[in-house]
Amino acid sequence: MIPTDWIWGLVGGLMIGTAAAIFLLGNGRIMGASGLIGGLVDRTGLSNWQERVAFLAALVVVPALMLPLFSVEVSTNITSNLGIVIAGGLLVGIGTRLANGCTSGHGVCGISRFSLRGIVATVFYLLAGGIAMVLFRHVLGVI
Amino acid sequence: MQRIVIAALSGGLFGAGLLVSGMTDTTKVQGWLDIFGAWDPTLAFVLGGAILPMLLAWNMTTRRAESLAGTPFPAKPDPRLGHNLVIGSVLFGAGWGLVGLCPGPAIASLSWGGTGGVTFLLAMIAGMLVAQPIRVQIDRLATI
Repeated sequence: MIPTDWIWGLVGGLMIGTAAAIFLLGNGRIMGASGLIGGLVDRTGLSNWQERVAFLAALVVVPALMLPLFSVEVSTNITSNLGIVIAGGLLVGIGTRLANGCTSGHGVCGISRFSLRGIVATVFYLLAGGIAMVLFRHVLGVI
Repeated sequence: MQRIVIAALSGGLFGAGLLVSGMTDTTKVQGWLDIFGAWDPTLAFVLGGAILPMLLAWNMTTRRAESLAGTPFPAKPDPRLGHNLVIGSVLFGAGWGLVGLCPGPAIASLSWGGTGGVTFLLAMIAGMLVAQPIRVQIDRLATI
């Protein structure tokens, strides 16, 4: 028996990939979450701000509208440790801008075009995430 | 107008996919990264599922001159890796592991993430604001 979590993961993944395909074939753009918001934050991407705002707004609004359809409560299980939340957010913000991409841009869009940059980035953020789990969960016990 | 509608369609489907896939739950992301704990392979199905439509999409770009909007398709990225790709990915991965949120779910979590999600998103935006001066410092050190 395949766990239902895996099936929903695959279905959701196909939806995410289709979203990226729509953005690529429709607008000729890479669907990278960190780049789409980052270009607004540091003002390097203001030339096509309407496209960015529309994407980001729908990214928030559509799941919000879907939430009532889910019988079980969606739990995020975000840690209540505020220091860790802030440190994690800062690291993700700085890191994705330095690397010019995150899980969606380098991972989904990069790997699928066999981009060396996307593959290398993905290897390093997976490795770093795994090491962070070992260090902060199993050695220090803070997460 | 067409570009804005397509962007909204894409963003909405991305958000719906995040919700359906269970990537709203930070313990599932951390469970995938935690290979020495109770390992959870769900994220591999999400990433694998997402890559499949994009394999087709990239293939279609080779047979078309331009996108529906009339814009050129993204050029092949510069093959040089550079230190910022590696340093940035390591920092990103560490933050991703710490909390279990990457940028897409962090933005979408405005609709479900409560105060923890908002705090993470604000910190991420602050990080993006200071990334450029940090990049300048790293580049200067790298040329020594």
